[in-house]
Amino acid sequence: MKKNTRIKVLVALGLTVCILGCHAAKAISETGNQSQTEAELESSERKQVNTSLTGTITMAGSTSMEKLANALAESFMTKYPGVTVTAEFTGSSAGVGAMLSGSVDIGLSSRNLNDGEKSSGAVENIVAIDGIAVITDASNEAADLSTEQLAGIYTGAIRNWREVGGADEVIVVIGREAGCGTRDSFEELLGVKDICTYANELNSTGAVMARVAATPGAIGYVSLDVLDDTVRTLSLDGIEPTGENIKAGRYLLCRPFVMATNGEISAQSEAVQEMFVYLKSEEGQELIKAVGLIVPD
Amino acid sequence: MKNMKIEAAAQAIFTVCAFLSVIAVASITLYMIANGVPALFKVGIKELLFSTVWKPTAAEPSFGILYIILTSVIGTAMAILIGVPIALLTAVFLAEVAPKWLAAFVRPAVELLAGIPSVIYGLLGMMILNPLMYRWELRLFHDSDTHRFTGGSNLLSAVLVLAVMILPTVVSISEAALRAVPQELKSSSMALGASHVQTIFKVTIPAAKQGIITGIVLGVGRALGEAMAISMVSGNGVNFPLPFASVRFLTTAIVSEMGYAGGVHRQVLFTIGLVLFVFILLVNIALNAVLRKGE
Repeated sequence: MKKNTRIKVLVALGLTVCILGCHAAKAISETGNQSQTEAELESSERKQVNTSLTGTITMAGSTSMEKLANALAESFMTKYPGVTVTAEFTGSSAGVGAMLSGSVDIGLSSRNLNDGEKSSGAVENIVAIDGIAVITDASNEAADLSTEQLAGIYTGAIRNWREVGGADEVIVVIGREAGCGTRDSFEELLGVKDICTYANELNSTGAVMARVAATPGAIGYVSLDVLDDTVRTLSLDGIEPTGENIKAGRYLLCRPFVMATNGEISAQSEAVQEMFVYLKSEEGQELIKAVGLIVPD
Repeated sequence: MKNMKIEAAAQAIFTVCAFLSVIAVASITLYMIANGVPALFKVGIKELLFSTVWKPTAAEPSFGILYIILTSVIGTAMAILIGVPIALLTAVFLAEVAPKWLAAFVRPAVELLAGIPSVIYGLLGMMILNPLMYRWELRLFHDSDTHRFTGGSNLLSAVLVLAVMILPTVVSISEAALRAVPQELKSSSMALGASHVQTIFKVTIPAAKQGIITGIVLGVGRALGEAMAISMVSGNGVNFPLPFASVRFLTTAIVSEMGYAGGVHRQVLFTIGLVLFVFILLVNIALNAVLRKGE
């Protein structure tokens, strides 16, 4: 019996280590409709492989853009086998800094470039827009929240839907785990960075959707692309989180994904130029949509 | 001659297999220490183990895991308090009371509990326990101004799930221990005029104490190491482990944030793994101590 237990404990530990190594949580949160679209993209790309272009493209920056950058690198390299694309994720400021100092070609920034960066020669190329929707369970009566009310709910100052014009029902505050890009953006855009008090911290978009749908009085936030009718989407300061409102900059909970270059795109290497052309092409736009982002005009 | 070769080959194979386990233990231990210790010094042992503020991604991050440790300790203790009496009485039923045909029905049912994947426990907890807990929560904290409503994902849900999950371990080992009590002891007790129930509680259970404690210690190990089921029902907020608070265990702390963690945050998650590892080692040492006392 003794041995048996030790073996069990070992097996469990071994599995844990293995799972940690494999970033299981990440894999779970990133599967979904995107993989199917990617597969379709890949199959269409194989037919038109372009081997004449060679070179390397290095990118560095925002962790929130990891999904987009990796998907872009992967499909671009499939189409142009002669090009090597690498990306590392050190944070927006560090990425733009590295681009300006010349150590990488493209700085990935999940915020608009500031004046200092622009005056140093950085050019802001907005390739996609990330939008976050605020959701409640389907039976909730509230339809609109002001920015202050939403911040109040997430910091714990507002505890009942009654206080924001809803039914007399307690609010169950649901969010994502620390380190998740959606949570970072949500808290930053709302001005409640690291002062939120969550009742549930879940580690995937799907889990947030399921939990909010199943819990009366729940509120949560998810990327725009996963919304469906199991939950109710709230407008913010009277503005619906639609693609149009987001492109026009009217909706608060959105941010640009910038691929900053040192000087205009036309001044970059051939491979980098081709990558921007690729992003503007139909395939590139499909890819942006496939990772849950909005294509800017 | 040929036989001797086979013998030697077989011995070599046995030895290699035996050493595989040793190598696995040694490498896991080394790996956990190598990855878990650096953060201890970067963050500071006191800051890490005895602070209660968990803000790993703030501008000035704080990595206090005291609430997480307490949750694992208190949650496991509560699961044992609820699960062990039920398990022990089930074992008594199976070993002493039940007619053969009924025992033949109950025993496989209990053993089957051990084979159910933990994600199924989590799923049922989410569908059944959480809504029930939410109803109780609404009733209990109706007038509270400070309670953070969790929607039913709380410590109590996790404890109940764990209590069910440790049942098969404790039941099967306790039952074996009860069956191993010599018939003479029980007969003497009956001969002195004790009733069946008196005999069970005054003679059989004390005589089987050793085995029952072994079962309990194994149950503690099972409860401490469980991650999947409780991460689905416990809410994952870092709070003091009150029954209706959203809580995070050592195991679920690692699972929930490993996906996006980087830098010191990631290292601290390994340190949490190391703390869990130390707890499991302590449980095993306790188990060995109990078994040695019995010899």
